[in-house]
Amino acid sequence: MKLETMYQEIILDHYKNPHGHGLREPFEAEVHHVNPTCGDEVTVRVHLEGSGADAKVVDLSYDALGCSISQAATSVAYDLIVGRTVGEAFDVLAAYQEMVQGRGKVEPDEDVLDDAVAFAGVAAYPARVKCALLGWLAFKDAVAQADDNAPELEGQP
Amino acid sequence: MTSLASAPTTAGATLDVAKIRADFPILSRTVRDGKPLVYLDSGATSQRPRQVLDAERAFLETSNAAVHRGAHALSEEATDAYESARARIAGFIGAGEGEVVFTKNATEALNLVAYGMSNALTSDDPKAARFRVGPGDEVVVTEMEHHANLVPWQEFCRRTGATLRWFGVNRDGRLDLDPSVITERTKIVAFTHQSNVLGTVTPVEQIVAMARAVGAYTVLDACQSVPHAPIDVHALGVDFAAFSGHKMLGPSGIGVLYGRRELLEALPPFLTGGSMIELVRMEGSTYAAPPARFEAGVPMTSQAVGLGAAVDYLSALGMENVHAHENVLTAAALEGLQGIDGVTIIGPRNTESRGGAVSFEIDGVHPHDASQVLDDSGIAVRVGHHCAWPLHRAFGVQSSIRASFYVYNTLDEVAALIDGVRRAQDFFARDGVSL
Repeated sequence: MKLETMYQEIILDHYKNPHGHGLREPFEAEVHHVNPTCGDEVTVRVHLEGSGADAKVVDLSYDALGCSISQAATSVAYDLIVGRTVGEAFDVLAAYQEMVQGRGKVEPDEDVLDDAVAFAGVAAYPARVKCALLGWLAFKDAVAQADDNAPELEGQP
Repeated sequence: MTSLASAPTTAGATLDVAKIRADFPILSRTVRDGKPLVYLDSGATSQRPRQVLDAERAFLETSNAAVHRGAHALSEEATDAYESARARIAGFIGAGEGEVVFTKNATEALNLVAYGMSNALTSDDPKAARFRVGPGDEVVVTEMEHHANLVPWQEFCRRTGATLRWFGVNRDGRLDLDPSVITERTKIVAFTHQSNVLGTVTPVEQIVAMARAVGAYTVLDACQSVPHAPIDVHALGVDFAAFSGHKMLGPSGIGVLYGRRELLEALPPFLTGGSMIELVRMEGSTYAAPPARFEAGVPMTSQAVGLGAAVDYLSALGMENVHAHENVLTAAALEGLQGIDGVTIIGPRNTESRGGAVSFEIDGVHPHDASQVLDDSGIAVRVGHHCAWPLHRAFGVQSSIRASFYVYNTLDEVAALIDGVRRAQDFFARDGVSL
């Protein structure tokens, strides 16, 4: 059944027990993103070491209010981003974005996406894509605010 | 299934719902792997009967032309069709000749009033002076407004220097008509007739009386009332009212502004250009009488014809019957939803002074997730803040689920909603883990 394809156990697990939840210090930038169609919101802080693509994401902390998809996606983002370089994190984000916006036509690369591959089912529901991207795009925006030398994300305006 | 499922499909027998449903081709389609569509989102947009679709098509196939221009046969027929639709729509709401303006939607209609009034500040027409508002003056709205009747007044206040005030909403979903909110400084009172979230019907006569006592103009958002109940704008006594075609079985791309004739004659234009002029010289122009003054450019024509057909359709059903039918569905939904543990109605819990929009929350299940489960059963509801974000804040909720009913809905569909809500609870409580 399609519904269970989207609401995989791993998503519900992250929703019930979000990883890395809460706002922490230190941080270089904090952003607040909302999904104006439903009112979901997320506040994301990033703490970087260094600059540019090689900067290390030391912490990503967040406070979120929203549906299971947006909450779980932000929790998975935390797992996949912290400890990586900004360049690596943006590669994951680009692959993730391509998958969830791909209307089910994009074969996800599990090596790159790891747990985030669980969100492949969201692609079948265009109305939920924004939910799946809320925390991730807030992270990207926070990096851009924290670091003038932040790399461009592929495929982004 | 709940006991409601065994009730007759024709709620209250006021409408022949099976016959009505046969007029709506979309209602016979299936969604999500063959599930029959249960369309409970008419508060957002209603579906259209064949009679409306046919009227639009017939117009376009026989008489299409730019209205109020040219002297050829099609132009005359198109103009007649357009003006005939206007006359029938005016009759439907009890408005007089020249009191109905076509706009692209209700939002534009409300903006037309707000911009027309603020344009009075720079108008050289002495008749417009009555609309002048400035610092020290106040505009009153309510906390239950749709953004369409809130944001234009926020912007109006920003342009004019007036102050925005509002009536709050109590826990029962009723307006708190604190008499101190309307004062001698109040110039405009803009309020909804029926909340698109709570279903609450507001006491229009009482608010109009409060506004009149201080000489303030009233602007009614009638988007959720005109489609669902008999409305007589003259009897209500409001100065302006706005509603949209697509929520009343008509096309999108057309809305209606009602304005008392005397006021429309004094109100400066909002959009300017072709059709709305009296005389144009290089140095300046004068403007046509209403309603033409407010209909710049080639107007929407097949949409007006379609809305005329929608009004004919609703009139044939009888708006008293429409209202009675929805009342039965609303009562069943309120009873069924309140019978589920963990479900909270946002708004009045009975059908007194209440329309057929039923919003609710489910403990532990985010509205988006609940709607996904309902959708999986073929049930279309609205989730989010329904363009009434401050109202949701007032209730301390981020978003809600809204079912809304219309002439084609049945008690079986209400029962499907109740079952769907139970299924959503079960789905997210699976593996015994409560979220």
